Amino acid sequence: MYSQALDQRDVQRADSQREAGESPDRLARFQARVEAEEKIEPNDWMPEAYRRTLVRQISQHAHSEIVGMGPEGNWITRAPSLRRKAALLAKVQDECGHGVYLYAAAETLGVSREELVDQLLTGRAKYSSIFNYPTLSWADIGAIGWLVDGAAIMNQIPLCRCSYGPYARAMIRVCKEESFHQRQGYEIMVTLCRGTAAQRAMAQDALDRWWWPVLMMFGPPDAESQHSDQSMRWKIKRFTNDGLRQKFVDATVPQARYLGLAIPDPDLRFDEAAGHWLTGPIDWAEFRRVLAGGGVCNRQRLEARRRAQQDGAWVRDAARAYAAKHAAPAREAA
Amino acid sequence: MTEAPMRLWEVFIRSRNGLAHQHAGSIHAADAEMALQAARDTYTRRGEGLSIWVVPSAAITASDPGDKDALFESGASKPYRHPTFYTVPDEVGHM
Repeated sequence: MYSQALDQRDVQRADSQREAGESPDRLARFQARVEAEEKIEPNDWMPEAYRRTLVRQISQHAHSEIVGMGPEGNWITRAPSLRRKAALLAKVQDECGHGVYLYAAAETLGVSREELVDQLLTGRAKYSSIFNYPTLSWADIGAIGWLVDGAAIMNQIPLCRCSYGPYARAMIRVCKEESFHQRQGYEIMVTLCRGTAAQRAMAQDALDRWWWPVLMMFGPPDAESQHSDQSMRWKIKRFTNDGLRQKFVDATVPQARYLGLAIPDPDLRFDEAAGHWLTGPIDWAEFRRVLAGGGVCNRQRLEARRRAQQDGAWVRDAARAYAAKHAAPAREAA
Repeated sequence: MTEAPMRLWEVFIRSRNGLAHQHAGSIHAADAEMALQAARDTYTRRGEGLSIWVVPSAAITASDPGDKDALFESGASKPYRHPTFYTVPDEVGHM
């Protein structure tokens, strides 16, 4: 499960017609409900901008789950043992399930599944930039579970308290299932780090390649994240991007040390006064480039989704035809 | 090109014998049998259930959130429907 604070430039672009009916009084009552920690449910009145923000965030989250099956699926047939293979299969199946929970949550806001899938396949929707990086070795499967899922969990735990009920409930289910993902990844890393010099080098290489992209998963720095404030006021978000990133770094540095691996950041240092690990500067130009489609695997990932959709079309057609055929006599008998 | 929509179903799962079925989420499927299969794959990967119901979402009639006060407010103003409304002398013990 991989939520990411992507750029939300059009969140506050006024949809003047629909927002015209939003009197200050109504907006104030809505805000009061949110502040009283009441959950907003699908049929409740909500500001258009709140609805739009949620549709985009939840669907991007869903797309990320679905696309995220690609990098890991790459290693299922080459897993080094049956135990690892079974775990990886179960994990990838979970990602698919998480995508489905999230699509269902987005659909409660009045957008159809078909429309959401279409947005992904035509490249109009975004997904987490992390999945546009390639999985070059088996150690990458360890690093993804440990770091990518670790970062995702940091992001998702606060989302369990999101003001929108269906999203919060989906996240609770996801978080329950997710902790095995991170543990299986770390176990792979431990095994490699206790292995031969070549295995340790493979683990280090994976950490070197994934560390910075994982830090980018938390989204742009707070100073540049223009719509973070509104999402915080609506209690969609509970922590800022930088706040979550810091929590992740603090939790992860000691885990890397236990493995005997070096974090690829010469500026990394512990700030005694603040009690935090401070990283060097993050290359945000790379983040924007990958998000805009310039990552190593962007094209491959979307092509894989389009192919899957196309190859499955006959199954969906057959299912619909079968259902129609069997529904007809039942109606006649009734 | 957007595809024709698949029917939407609501999924209810009974987690243990003796408990009621509870809403778990929704699923898209062409028919009831496929909906059961999809519900099983999606909502019971870790032994969460002993029984599944699937119901076409369109078959559910829901109350309007706008009627919330009219429907439920009267319940809040009738404290005499709760046991704590009544006093029983201490000497009588637990009742």
